[in-house]
Amino acid sequence: MSASRPFTRRKAGRFWIILACLLCLGSAVGLVLNALSSTIVFFMAPSQMLAHPPSSNQTIRLGGMVVAGSLHTSHATDNTPEARFDVTDGQAAITVQYRGILPDLFREGQSVVALGHYDGNGFTASEVLAKHDETYMPKEVADALQKTGKWDPRFGPPPDAASWNSMTAPQPTPPNRPGAAE
Amino acid sequence: MAFLTTFFCPEGGHFALALACALAFMQGVLPLIGLRRADSPLTALARPLALSQCLALLFAWVCLIMASLGDDFSLKLIAETSAINKPWAYKIAGLWGNHEGSLLLWVTLLSLWCAGLALLPGQSTTRPEKLPDRLRARILALLGLVGAGFQLFCLTTSNPFLRLWPVPADGMGMNPLLQDPGLAVHPPLLYSGYVGFAVPFAFAISALLEGKADTLWARYMRPWVISAWALLTLGITLGSWWSYSVLGWGGYWFWDPVENAALIPWLTGTALLHSVLVVEKRNLLQGWCLLLALATFAFSLSGTFLVRSGILNSVHAFANDPARGLFILGLLGLYGGGSLLLFAIRAPSLASSQSGFAPLSREGALLLNNILLCTLCAVVLTGTLYPPFMQLLLGRTLSVGKPFFDATTIPLTLPLLAVMGASMALPWRQARTDRLIPRLAPALLVTAGNILPAFWLFSTPLAAFAALLALWVISSALLDLIFRLYALPEGNRQLHRLPRSLWAASLAHIGVGVTILGLCGMAGSQERLIEAKPGTHTTLAGRDWELTALTPHHGPNYEAVEAHLTIRQHDAHGPLLAELEPQIRLFPQQGQKTLHVAILHRPLEDLYAALGSVKEEHDPQGQSHYSAILRLHENPLASWIWLGGIIMALGGGLHLLPSRRRLMHSARKARS
Repeated sequence: MSASRPFTRRKAGRFWIILACLLCLGSAVGLVLNALSSTIVFFMAPSQMLAHPPSSNQTIRLGGMVVAGSLHTSHATDNTPEARFDVTDGQAAITVQYRGILPDLFREGQSVVALGHYDGNGFTASEVLAKHDETYMPKEVADALQKTGKWDPRFGPPPDAASWNSMTAPQPTPPNRPGAAE
Repeated sequence: MAFLTTFFCPEGGHFALALACALAFMQGVLPLIGLRRADSPLTALARPLALSQCLALLFAWVCLIMASLGDDFSLKLIAETSAINKPWAYKIAGLWGNHEGSLLLWVTLLSLWCAGLALLPGQSTTRPEKLPDRLRARILALLGLVGAGFQLFCLTTSNPFLRLWPVPADGMGMNPLLQDPGLAVHPPLLYSGYVGFAVPFAFAISALLEGKADTLWARYMRPWVISAWALLTLGITLGSWWSYSVLGWGGYWFWDPVENAALIPWLTGTALLHSVLVVEKRNLLQGWCLLLALATFAFSLSGTFLVRSGILNSVHAFANDPARGLFILGLLGLYGGGSLLLFAIRAPSLASSQSGFAPLSREGALLLNNILLCTLCAVVLTGTLYPPFMQLLLGRTLSVGKPFFDATTIPLTLPLLAVMGASMALPWRQARTDRLIPRLAPALLVTAGNILPAFWLFSTPLAAFAALLALWVISSALLDLIFRLYALPEGNRQLHRLPRSLWAASLAHIGVGVTILGLCGMAGSQERLIEAKPGTHTTLAGRDWELTALTPHHGPNYEAVEAHLTIRQHDAHGPLLAELEPQIRLFPQQGQKTLHVAILHRPLEDLYAALGSVKEEHDPQGQSHYSAILRLHENPLASWIWLGGIIMALGGGLHLLPSRRRLMHSARKARS
């Protein structure tokens, strides 16, 4: 009797351990799957977004080059700064609305990533990201440009930022515009 | 002086690094041969070799620092990261802000841990609790093998002593974001935590080689786990504080791969810290504990090298320097994969005690803690690895951010807190419910009594619920101390008579509670973005914020504009609360702008202001007017987040102090 007691206790212990592990694992898998279906954010280039418009409640990262001469800043009645600018991947352009401070390295004619929602005619951004490095292009933007056929890394570095304006900007580039964004 | 610069020349440093690598190989191989042959001369070499390896690496550092202070731009590293007008403190601290320097820091810290192991007093008849010499030699040898691999990597692919020709007249300067005192201390702290987990790793490998992981083994290993854990905790805390106070976006954790790379080993390290306790007290869960020790170091390694070197984030980094990438993957495969293989072969033969495992007991609670922490770790790992894998396999670009991590980590942290509060009161082996309920009742009452205030004070029901759980953790840790005090025999009821380990555990748990309270408070932070001219008033969080002036400011290697903000209680005529002076700094050398945030830390809130940009406008008379874009935050309980981290680390540190009995023993010996 005394010999079999530790054995059964050990078995009971095993049972609890396995039960706890399974419960935790199950809930973790459930949580991850649920979160992945609702919280991940896809990246889109303007032409992709126009071809397959996402639903308006889906958060999207929109990336491309800022069209030169398209930036308009103003501020709302409560002093919050507002900005409007066009983002292009060389095939299509989308207007982005943003309430907030644009990052220091935001420049017309350079790459940008905006996080927000698309409602069918415009993109409302909750966050605008520009890397803290003027020569850097976000990898996703570079890939998107490559897909649209505007730049292929096999044929050298990306074209000069100023030349991006000619692709979709209908108006001629005003001189010194990028410098004025400071 | 001239003699010094000749003596500590870069070539001398290069030679010292090569010498250290050779010494590390000897430290790795000779003692292992000695242990196998049971002849002590070779075994006894482990300690002197570890010390001389450490000295060689410190010599290399002196050489590098001398070169940096002397503006020797013929060194590639210094030309790329330093400049003549850089403040001298950053000429030193900037050395570890890049790949080569941080790798040298990594191997040097590892050799410092080895030196610590070698210098601590060994086992003797009066100190039976210390590390036996044979085990120490084996561990030093294993650490020597780890160090040798990374020093070889440093020498062949990332040598900090490479020369540059032609020599530039001035360096390129450091990224101005890194010019901050917090960042001078952050990498050494974080890295010593990362590297510290090499010691438990060596303990685990040694146990697998010997086929024995028992109570004694766990007792020898535990202080090393605790010290590495405490340093990693401090490193993460400091990193998060840096991100809050320097980056200027108002948050404290971005869930970015670099941060997660530190969090993942912290989670498994915390699990290891608790499972070692089970091995030591109950001789159970040995296999699990060994696996955690191996995994924690493997995560530390991959965290430092894969994520920090950018290989995980972009395939370009790998393609730019295939030698570096292949070498690091080889090292990771060798140390990570090799140790797992050893575990798979040897773990089944490890003896485990035959005693049972009751769910309602201290070990049951610790096991639950381990399961939850490892699940948390798996979730964070999934979130971190999902985007690069999707990119690689399906070509879809996506990002996983705060919403994902909030949705997955919070539901796992809440039960963890609930178990944490109860665990201290649970006895080993088997708890009796009739004794447990009175032990937990006071803490439960304190928590229940605060339900209404919590829901009134915190911004969301979830934050209030989490804050209540944090309160439950803190109050049960404090009340547990009081219960233990009253369990002491009468006449001896003084707080300092309680065991040091009990104080340490309570303190660490209180630290977790304080951090969680800070996180809950931050969930209700308020912010406003305004464009303002001098004289503009704004109301935020019941305060009046006035921009009084914008003035220019000259720094040593930057030009700045300073905004002067006056914050008054209630309205524009209320009592003065604070004056904040955020700046925007332009570094002409790099052509970069950085924000210099102004923060007023108060016990229950932080007032936080960042100056985004300054605009100049001309009116028709030709006069120029300036206006500023300001980001204002009111962050409730913000400083509690980092305060809690410091308390946790203090708990760890307290555990490492020599015990009272030990001190009394040595005092008695000194008297006699």
